[in-house]
Amino acid sequence: MNKAEQTRARVEAGLKRRYAAERRFRAYGLGAVLLGLAFVVLLFSTLVSQGWSAFRQAYVTLDVQYDAAIIDPEGTRDTATLSTADYAALVRASLKARFPEAQSRQETKALYALVSSSAAQAVQARILGDPSRIGGHERLTFLANDRVDQLLKGRIDRNLDEDSRSLTDQQVGWIDALAADGALSLHFNKGFFTQGDSREPEQAGVWGAVVGSLFTLGVTLLLSFPIGVSAAIYLEEFARRGKWTDLIEVNINNLAAVPSIVFGLLGLAVFLNFFGMPRSAPLVGGIVLTLLTLPTIIIASRAALKAVPPSIREAALGMGASRIQMVMHHVFPLAMPGILTGTIIGMARALGETAPLLMIGMVAFIVDVPKGLSDPATVLPVQVYLWADSAERAFVERTSAAILVLLAFLIVMNAAAVYLRNRFERRW
Amino acid sequence: MNTANPPVPENCSTVGVVTVENAVLSARGVDVYYGEKRAIKDVSVDIARNQVLAMIGPSGCGKSTFLRCLNRMNDTIEGCRVTGSITLEGQDIYDRSQDVVPLRARIGMVFQKPNPFPKSIYENVAYGPRIHGLAADRVELDEIVHTSLQRAGLWDEVKDRLTQPGTGLSGGQQQRLCIARTIAVNPEIILMDEPCSALDPIATARIEDLIDELREQYAIAIVTHSMQQAARVSQRTAYFHLGDLIEVGETDRIFTNPRHKLTEDYITGRFG
Repeated sequence: MNKAEQTRARVEAGLKRRYAAERRFRAYGLGAVLLGLAFVVLLFSTLVSQGWSAFRQAYVTLDVQYDAAIIDPEGTRDTATLSTADYAALVRASLKARFPEAQSRQETKALYALVSSSAAQAVQARILGDPSRIGGHERLTFLANDRVDQLLKGRIDRNLDEDSRSLTDQQVGWIDALAADGALSLHFNKGFFTQGDSREPEQAGVWGAVVGSLFTLGVTLLLSFPIGVSAAIYLEEFARRGKWTDLIEVNINNLAAVPSIVFGLLGLAVFLNFFGMPRSAPLVGGIVLTLLTLPTIIIASRAALKAVPPSIREAALGMGASRIQMVMHHVFPLAMPGILTGTIIGMARALGETAPLLMIGMVAFIVDVPKGLSDPATVLPVQVYLWADSAERAFVERTSAAILVLLAFLIVMNAAAVYLRNRFERRW
Repeated sequence: MNTANPPVPENCSTVGVVTVENAVLSARGVDVYYGEKRAIKDVSVDIARNQVLAMIGPSGCGKSTFLRCLNRMNDTIEGCRVTGSITLEGQDIYDRSQDVVPLRARIGMVFQKPNPFPKSIYENVAYGPRIHGLAADRVELDEIVHTSLQRAGLWDEVKDRLTQPGTGLSGGQQQRLCIARTIAVNPEIILMDEPCSALDPIATARIEDLIDELREQYAIAIVTHSMQQAARVSQRTAYFHLGDLIEVGETDRIFTNPRHKLTEDYITGRFG
């Protein structure tokens, strides 16, 4: 056997092992991908199956008598009287008229509990909108109580013993009667997308948290993008390499790994206690999240700047461009896709951040949808946390639904990242 | 303007005449250090108007390093230090008062790998005039772009697609675009760092013709690996060896009658 044949024989002997190693590696990779996918599917399917029902809500339609004796006994029709009238009594009366068999105090109380407490406000709005309705009657649709809603969605087991479920047999009977004549049914839950938080699950909406998240993220983006990008450009293009830049680099990398609650404590100590900024405000939340996202943005931007080929820098400098012209005309535009990706990853992290916001009071129970940066507000992940902590059965589905909204937000942001990256991508 | 050539240091060991009559750029006793390492040792040479100076030598001999000193491109390299003097029409370019931005407008550079900006062909050429404010209006800018591309011999090939990206051109066209970009700011000297090493022979021949034409207006210094190229395009040749400038002279003389042993060994192909 000559030398060439020997070599060939050895190569062939090893071939099988080499291909086997490749196949094994592929199998591991595929396995890892499948495992990841399985968890994603599990997450989404549980969230959707739990939360989907929150997008529909039970509504009761009742015939309401606008009884002048209750609303405005003196007939003055002035707004002060009209806005303080006992509208709940009208709702109670119409329930009573629908089910006259409820007699005892306990029975009537159980009956009245079928309709949400928001019904009185709905009636008030009708009267204040047009006081001439007083004396007439109208069929109005109200939110049903959350337990009614849960029964209709099958989340309260009607076969259970009366004592171990939150509705009495009599209430179930009334609910069935209302459902039978079409006065009680599930409709699209508009309130969930337009209202703030509430103690009553049926009235609780996610909009307050959505707006809070938008304000907070807006502040974060407006602060962290310019600061982060400027810092990255300075460090990458202008700073002399040396002990100081090394020290700064190590610190930035460390900051990226600091637990977020620490940033919350910093925000509490500095922005609230020292500077006296408003508690629970998106402004402060945004500043705290800026501290949190800055390292991410700086690191990603520096990597993107570093990836711009040096030939472009040389070309610009060789033309007599000043350093800032070189950066602004050539390097920065080419690094833009990477910078944007880093920024959006940072923003996505900020969107999901809960712990630091707890420290600055964004965990407060806030009913009103915030109107400005200093209004008390909460954000989506904190809303999820608050609802997950609530006792009522109906908050379970709302928690999942709020998570779905949060995920939708994230998907939109990531889609924007992909779009922007493709948009700014330039080949050379 | 013609200032007297700065005196050549007495300990200059270069064989041949380093000075020329109508020098525009004069290096005297230039040392370049990368940190502790001395990459260029005591180099003195002149670059003349309307003439091509070719710098040849084996890899790592410092010819590119020396070329990059001439428009201070080495400033961007950390730890790089230049001593000695390089004067542009009597003015030391390493003087504190010398601003590198106008300097690089006067001494343009073409790099080894074609590096057009990832912008349109038009924008590539218009960039220099734009940042230096050379054109008063769009008409003037159009005119500069037109003449620059024409002088670079690229106009006919690209006149219908000026708005398309410069990076979409072939390698040779890209390099001519880079030359057009450089001459658009009307420099006095053009430095070329192995401008043909990434090109095929046909594109190389076009660039060489172009260099010959450009000589009528500019002083040119070119670093090249190819001795044939040096022989074809240059009037003077400088041979570098391990950071030393061994020999300078008329190109014809260097290739036919080298005086130094190292030069002879290199051009006869004994090493390199």
